[in-house]
Amino acid sequence: MKAVVTVIGKDMVGILASVSGACAKANANVIEVTQSVLQEFFAMVMVVDISQMNCELCQLQKQLAEANPGMTIHVMHEDIFNSMHRI
Amino acid sequence: MLNMTDIMETITMIQEENLDIRTITMGISLLDCCDSDIRRSCDKVYEKITRCAEKLVETGIFIEQKYGIPIINKRISVTPVSILAGVSGGDPVEYALTLDRAAKATGVNFIGGYSALVQKGFAPGDRELIRSIPRALAETELVCSSVNVGSTRAGINMDAVALMGHAVRETAELTADKQCLGAAKLVVFCNAVEDNPFMAGAFHGTGEADCVINVGVSGPGVVRAALAKAGSDCNLNEVAEIIKRTAFKITRMGQLVGTEASQILGVPFGIVDLSLAPTPAVGDSVAYILEEIGLEQCGACGTTAALAMLNDAVKKGGVMASSNVGGLSGAFIPVSEDAGMIAAAEAGSLSIEKLEAMTAVCSVGLDMIVVPGDTPADVISGLIADEAAIGMINSKTTAVRVIPAIGKAEGETLEFGGLLGSGPVMSISRKSPSVMIQRGGRIPAPIQSLKN
Repeated sequence: MKAVVTVIGKDMVGILASVSGACAKANANVIEVTQSVLQEFFAMVMVVDISQMNCELCQLQKQLAEANPGMTIHVMHEDIFNSMHRI
Repeated sequence: MLNMTDIMETITMIQEENLDIRTITMGISLLDCCDSDIRRSCDKVYEKITRCAEKLVETGIFIEQKYGIPIINKRISVTPVSILAGVSGGDPVEYALTLDRAAKATGVNFIGGYSALVQKGFAPGDRELIRSIPRALAETELVCSSVNVGSTRAGINMDAVALMGHAVRETAELTADKQCLGAAKLVVFCNAVEDNPFMAGAFHGTGEADCVINVGVSGPGVVRAALAKAGSDCNLNEVAEIIKRTAFKITRMGQLVGTEASQILGVPFGIVDLSLAPTPAVGDSVAYILEEIGLEQCGACGTTAALAMLNDAVKKGGVMASSNVGGLSGAFIPVSEDAGMIAAAEAGSLSIEKLEAMTAVCSVGLDMIVVPGDTPADVISGLIADEAAIGMINSKTTAVRVIPAIGKAEGETLEFGGLLGSGPVMSISRKSPSVMIQRGGRIPAPIQSLKN
């Protein structure tokens, strides 16, 4: 089971560290990271394995949002992407 | 393997193009709640609804958080109350108050099913229920009401049409201090469907299972954005193809949410209703899709053709995406709930007559249209009869949800707020159909061959 974490907002030092730190604390293994910075605009998509996670997805989302104020963060179960884009 | 482009597409649809699940509606049969004593009947109704739907809202929120997709409404639809009222007798408003209490206890946004199906005639309880609708809607907050007055197989019950003209007017009068909101919760159908999850017309048909989950998806903004991205060079075959593809993706999401909700709640999954349901939010408009296809403004000549193509392409895309498609499925055209329609009505390019033509090809009918406050009941009945005739002859669902703006005239506006939006008072023909309406009786069912 995987989930997709997306982080969008103004670039600054330590976003990736903070997000991956929170994932580690929740025991969610980071599988893939795609990140880009365009004119101070930070965008990151992170795929994490949530099968061994020690909390609910919404709690992870809450912790990420609290740790990174000002950033738009979403945690979504992979099934939504699979069902929408795969037959 | 997850693909970054796909991930970003889904997120853009939700974040910027207002993609959402409009509603998870739990259909609950109340047939086993019938009792000859109205008090006992109401107690059973309350007990069954609160038991079946106890975890509905909680489940909706859980799914919302799991997939990051907004689920705007959680609703309940029940067996047409006229059946219960027919068994128990007494004042049907008791049932409306019970439904309202049950809806509030479960935390849902609306409860539908204060309904009667009278396309061929009145059974015990039907007339009483129809007469009680204005009071029921004035005394409750979350109850929605619908009446089916015609069908392709039965014809149109003109006695019911006459009654409904009065019911619509009276409902608006009794809620005049609340922007006539009562009338926005009352729909008059022809060929009503039994599994519609959308309000105000949702009820749980007698042919349905004891308890089911139906899901209504939305997403006009996504379709418009996809067309805008393709530009104005592509021909109409390509436009239809883009709409189909987009409808497919939207519906897949509805299928996912419905399946998950039915598993969690332990209730069978009914249908996905793949309707493009607009909201007043900028960009979430069906009218803007029509304008994106190439009309200067919604209501221009060509609007009906564009809408026909849109409605058909949405169905074609959606049918492939879900195991069970049902409900009203297609494109809704509620005036007050659609920023583009409001603008077109205010600019004078969209009239009730044009809307009526559009209802021959859209998924439902004349929806959320505000008419002058002094419109006589017989004129409203005439409008209902016209709309029912379109549905009856074309074997499709049609409906009328008009709101007489008590005390207001053309040029003024009713502000409902929220998803219901705001509606400019539109002009309607003042010529009287009274003699025809007063004749009563039934318009016989139409012939099904010699289709010209």
